[in-house]
Amino acid sequence: MKSRFAAPLLAFAAVIALLAAGLALKPHELPSPFIGKPAPPFTLPRLLAPEETFSVSQMKGNVWMLNVWASWCAACRDEHPLLNRLAQRGMRIVGLNYKDDPEDAANWLRRFGNPYSHIPRDAGGDVGIEYGVYGVPETYLIDGDGVIRFKQVGPLTADALRRKLLPAIEKLRGEKS
Amino acid sequence: MIAELGHFALILALVVALAQAALPLYASFAGIPAWMALAKPAARAQFLLVAVAFAALTHAFVNSDFSLLYVANHSNRSLPLIYRVSGVWGGHEGSLLLWSLLLAAWGAAVAGRARQLPDAFGARVLAVMAMISAGFLLFMLLTSNPFARQFPAPPDGADLNPLLQDIGLAVHPPMLYAGYVGFSVAFAFAVAALIGGRVDAAWARWARPWTNIAWAFLTVGIALGSWWAYYELGWGGWWFWDPVENASFMPWLAGTALIHSLAATEKRGVFKAWTVLLAVFAFSLSLLGAFLVRSGVLTSVHAFASDPARGLFILLLFALATGGALALYAWRAPRLASRAGFELLSRESALLINNVFFGALCFAVLLGTLYPLLLDALRGAKISVGPPYFNFLFAALGAPLALAVGAGALLRWKKDRARRVLPKLLAPAALSLAAGLALPAFLPHYSLRAALAFALGCWVMLSVVPVLRAAVPAGHMWTRIPRSLAGMALAHFGVGVFIIGVTFTNAYSVERDLRIARGETREIGGYAFSFHGTAEHRGPNYQATRGEFRVRGGGRDITLHPEKRAYFSQENPMTEAAIDAGFTRDLYVALGEPLGDGAWSARIYYKPFIRWIWLGALLMALGGAIAASDARYRSRAPARMTQTAHGAAQVRA
Repeated sequence: MKSRFAAPLLAFAAVIALLAAGLALKPHELPSPFIGKPAPPFTLPRLLAPEETFSVSQMKGNVWMLNVWASWCAACRDEHPLLNRLAQRGMRIVGLNYKDDPEDAANWLRRFGNPYSHIPRDAGGDVGIEYGVYGVPETYLIDGDGVIRFKQVGPLTADALRRKLLPAIEKLRGEKS
Repeated sequence: MIAELGHFALILALVVALAQAALPLYASFAGIPAWMALAKPAARAQFLLVAVAFAALTHAFVNSDFSLLYVANHSNRSLPLIYRVSGVWGGHEGSLLLWSLLLAAWGAAVAGRARQLPDAFGARVLAVMAMISAGFLLFMLLTSNPFARQFPAPPDGADLNPLLQDIGLAVHPPMLYAGYVGFSVAFAFAVAALIGGRVDAAWARWARPWTNIAWAFLTVGIALGSWWAYYELGWGGWWFWDPVENASFMPWLAGTALIHSLAATEKRGVFKAWTVLLAVFAFSLSLLGAFLVRSGVLTSVHAFASDPARGLFILLLFALATGGALALYAWRAPRLASRAGFELLSRESALLINNVFFGALCFAVLLGTLYPLLLDALRGAKISVGPPYFNFLFAALGAPLALAVGAGALLRWKKDRARRVLPKLLAPAALSLAAGLALPAFLPHYSLRAALAFALGCWVMLSVVPVLRAAVPAGHMWTRIPRSLAGMALAHFGVGVFIIGVTFTNAYSVERDLRIARGETREIGGYAFSFHGTAEHRGPNYQATRGEFRVRGGGRDITLHPEKRAYFSQENPMTEAAIDAGFTRDLYVALGEPLGDGAWSARIYYKPFIRWIWLGALLMALGGAIAASDARYRSRAPARMTQTAHGAAQVRA
């Protein structure tokens, strides 16, 4: 057996291993070193009102979510209806627009709806580094004292929302009152 | 009762497929002609049985039998008849049944033409196709039974996803799947050739028309999908590099390479092992696509609801089919040595360039599609690879390919001289350069890239002319051109049309998101759009707010009616864009949100030459079909065959 004719088989075995590993993975929460730590402060211009800025300190006293998104991210489309519904129920969601073209981002929101109370624009991805963003989308739950309580890597799912995020939000709101 | 009949037919089909997979294959080694002959009637019976199952499911949809779980989830009583029929393949289970039906249809078609093939070879081809078929039937019966009942039956169904209630999407999956599973024929030919240890001109001549037709179906399927995304998703784009789009594009790229390398293998006996490998890849990438779409490993807008058990099953199927073929390849391919040599300047070289570039493009798409998964596996990160990566690669690799296509088709086999070829290319080169230079004078703004790309598109279109002229001796009729050549010329011409469509759409589209009040007029792309308010409109299963836009310009007045639809069965409103389609431009209006006082946010696009993108794809598909109908491939006397000591079929055509 000449090795060059076996090369496709070996490459294929690697692909199968990768796909099998992919199958075992789920959009999951990662043990993040940030959980229980204060949310890193930042001040950024706002996407839809570039002359204004958003800072983390503004949100003090509120339970809020930081959702990292971009118009080029396919998975963001998947989770977006959930965010819209959360916002309708009064959740304050800040959308960190990550490494995106502002015009594309604005169009995207017009298409899929805008659940965000503020949209800071992280054009260079610097804030993403501060927050240890692995990829888009990611979602953080931050409490009234500005401490990160929960982190979802990858798109939110109805299941994760029901089992993890909503109970955490209820708990935080309970603590507050 | 009818549903149980369908279920039973599927089980019978599986039994027939298993017999068709095992007996003829064994008989081809043992030399039992009667068992080999079983393959053809088995393939026909299998098709008939799957067709019965398909008809049973269609019957359940048409008659709204909501005691079937699948029907209840994908249909309801107010759904128009056409979408109740297309709803059959609107979800995972039914689309799998469609896949199996088409696979069985290809099998029956091969059986119908099997007289051309040597007995042992034909038996092996049909056996391999039956193995694939058995895998999918088993998959359906074990994990995704479309005939599963529920008691009590709900009074009404959940409705088909409104996005799928559309004529484009009713036809898109059958075309796409016909292409996907059509590559199973080339795959089966490749595996049978590896078993027999022999690839020759006759083998390539048999494989070519099947490959062409499958490729043509796939081309039409992809074009329909792109067209659907353009007008139905309301994004105004025509390609998004979404994982599911990529899943259909990878087999297309491999199939395109295969068509070209088959030509070299047939005419000159070169690239034999490579051609066989490509035939394995084209279908394997179809299987990979099925896995990616149905397992949920990659997130995408059009992914099916996923289930890990299903993902595991398809992965297993994929591993067995492709792994088996590649293992066979590793073992047998070394004997498929190509001995014919060729010079640097020759048709063979041109086809090699084609294959290198299409191979690279295919690999790049594979990498871009799997990279997020790789990163996920290594670091637990879910990310999307954005369009910039793909767009850059396709511009960088596509341009030299387009440059080469014009000259390549003109080159002679084995050896050619630049002195002979270059003069013939002078006129197309000069004309297309002139067109590229003249272009800026007629357009709103100058873009060097657009001018170059336009010249390239013209070059691809014009260079078809010397190819056709070389085929017709002076004074003869153009109708004497062989169909394979005419098909090739048409497909290449279509590539040029496609390039021009992409160029203009990308460089000169005007897109405006604006607030527009009743009675207001806006000027976009040289057209005046005036808004005449909205009215309520009731559809069969939705309530719509319908806007009215009158458009002046371009010599005639047009009225456009974009809609916001609220389907009764779901919460989110759907945007139904209004499009005035034209040969040189589309006008596209979509309603956004009401802003009070009768004003609306609206999206208005002017898209020049966007139709050329799909027109180009249709010309390519038509070219592939015409080439497949060449007299060379049509029925001829059964090939003579001799048996060697090991029973391997030897062919002399």
